[in-house]
Amino acid sequence: MNNMEDIIIVENLWRKFNQLVAVNDISFTVGKGEIFGFLGPNGAGKSTTIQMLATLLRPTAGRALINGHDIIREQYAVRRSIGMVFQDPTLDGNLTALENLDFHARLYDVDKKVLAGRRGELLQMVELADRGRDRVKFFSGGMKRRLEIARGLLHHPAVLFLDEPTVGLDPQTRSHIWTYIRDLRQKEGVTIFLTTHYMDEAENCDRIAIIDHGQIVALDTPSGLKQMVGRDVINLTAKNIDQLTRDIEERFGIRGNRFDGELQLEIEQGDHFIPRLLSAVGDAVESVNLHKPTLDDVFLKLTGRAIRAANAGAADAMRAMMKRRGRR
Amino acid sequence: MKHLKAIYTIWLRDLIRFFRERNRIIGMLGQPLLYLLIMGNGFSASFRLPYAPAGFSYLQFMYPGVIGMSVLFTAVFSAMSIVWDREFGFLKEVLVAPVPRWTVAIGKTLGGSTVAMIQGAILLILAPFVGVHLSPVAALEILGILFLIAFALTSFGITVASRMETMEGFQMIINFLIMPLFFLSGALFPLRGAAAWMSTLMKIDPLTYGVDALRNVFFGSAYPGAALVQFPIHLDLLVVAAMALVFVVAGTAMFNRQV
Repeated sequence: MNNMEDIIIVENLWRKFNQLVAVNDISFTVGKGEIFGFLGPNGAGKSTTIQMLATLLRPTAGRALINGHDIIREQYAVRRSIGMVFQDPTLDGNLTALENLDFHARLYDVDKKVLAGRRGELLQMVELADRGRDRVKFFSGGMKRRLEIARGLLHHPAVLFLDEPTVGLDPQTRSHIWTYIRDLRQKEGVTIFLTTHYMDEAENCDRIAIIDHGQIVALDTPSGLKQMVGRDVINLTAKNIDQLTRDIEERFGIRGNRFDGELQLEIEQGDHFIPRLLSAVGDAVESVNLHKPTLDDVFLKLTGRAIRAANAGAADAMRAMMKRRGRR
Repeated sequence: MKHLKAIYTIWLRDLIRFFRERNRIIGMLGQPLLYLLIMGNGFSASFRLPYAPAGFSYLQFMYPGVIGMSVLFTAVFSAMSIVWDREFGFLKEVLVAPVPRWTVAIGKTLGGSTVAMIQGAILLILAPFVGVHLSPVAALEILGILFLIAFALTSFGITVASRMETMEGFQMIINFLIMPLFFLSGALFPLRGAAAWMSTLMKIDPLTYGVDALRNVFFGSAYPGAALVQFPIHLDLLVVAAMALVFVVAGTAMFNRQV
């Protein structure tokens, strides 16, 4: 299991806050260069896990290695190996963007000569090169997040942790941030570990662990997870729907269901099937609609509730409580 | 060496922030100026200190006390910015960095002390206007004493701030800790002649010794034996240094304990 390429190894990690078990015996590994996502509602234990891996919180039991270093015994080596972007901004608004980067560089003992080039290169990447001398308090939420990502990468970490990297940002900025994330994996070869409670964002990950009530309930690629729920659904309309139903059954051996005057086909990899279908019986078809199972469907199936419902309500109270405790 | 760099980083941030916030410098000057201009001049007209030599005004007496006050407030405010940093997240960036917690506490203490010393030193410019003569050597001595007082008070502030979760308790700390420290320090009236219970309280207020040390340098040679000071200067410095040592250890230990 512990092969050389695993940059994060977590074994039976626990964390309790008095009676509350925030993280309940989780184990997983993350490969070098992977984009790995922790998906779950608020209060599921995502932030607690990140805090333990970042050495900010001691595990109650279990162990974890990051870049080969033990998170309990080799705290400083772990800290040097990781970059961290927290849920809430942690920049000093009274300092300029460059001063914030310099501050970080000194704390991480980044070589002066390296820093000079690195600073510019990273600001370029997050499109803030012309704002380096502006004070951060005048930045928008998206700009701050981009600067934090740049700062987290300054000391060449092996793993970049992003805790809810796009919370509170508008949709356009969110998709922008994702462009950077994919970009920097390519340019920097850095492994990315992120948490999110947005289903659509989790799709961007190579692999996803779905976490609920402190436990990992599933871990797979996004498409692998979706296959757990069922197959793709294709809805077709046609002038002569009976004829089409018969044709399809004859040619492809697929028996469709009639539903609201539409023909519904359940099939693996519907996106690959549609071209074949249309080249065979395309003339008869009026419209095609493909529905692939979403991570929402997966979460619903695994936990018995929709993630949006899980996010609201009691989970928030629990998260608030854990936050308060975590501070002490 | 690496630890020194971390301490320097934290110290530098406090200084950059201090010089960038002109409003704060001016705001922090307002209070001592009010004390000197209105209270100092007002009382000078009607009161004379017993034991004071001829021509020695109340304004001159309170001047070192007001400098002490300025250092007290600036030092405590600087230390309290830890709570601010925690509330607004910046502290996390520091705590996840590969540097020991104690370097952060020490850097913060040195930053706050430097800022408080500068703020107190600005008031030295007023010396000629309040009729206090200051030689260059005495000015340097004053700077050293100001730094020592500032260091003791900032460490004290950090010890308190490490226990605070939000800024909500700040007003209470000002009213029940900082103001009594100031009033009992002998900054505004002499310890000599105060009621016995108050005199006892004044003697256990560490700031009393800080203010007394300043008076020793300000008036020691100009008015020798004039009973303007309470204790010999080496006792003053010893008490302030002891306070600095106790609280820098306590503050660092408290800061270390937070997650």
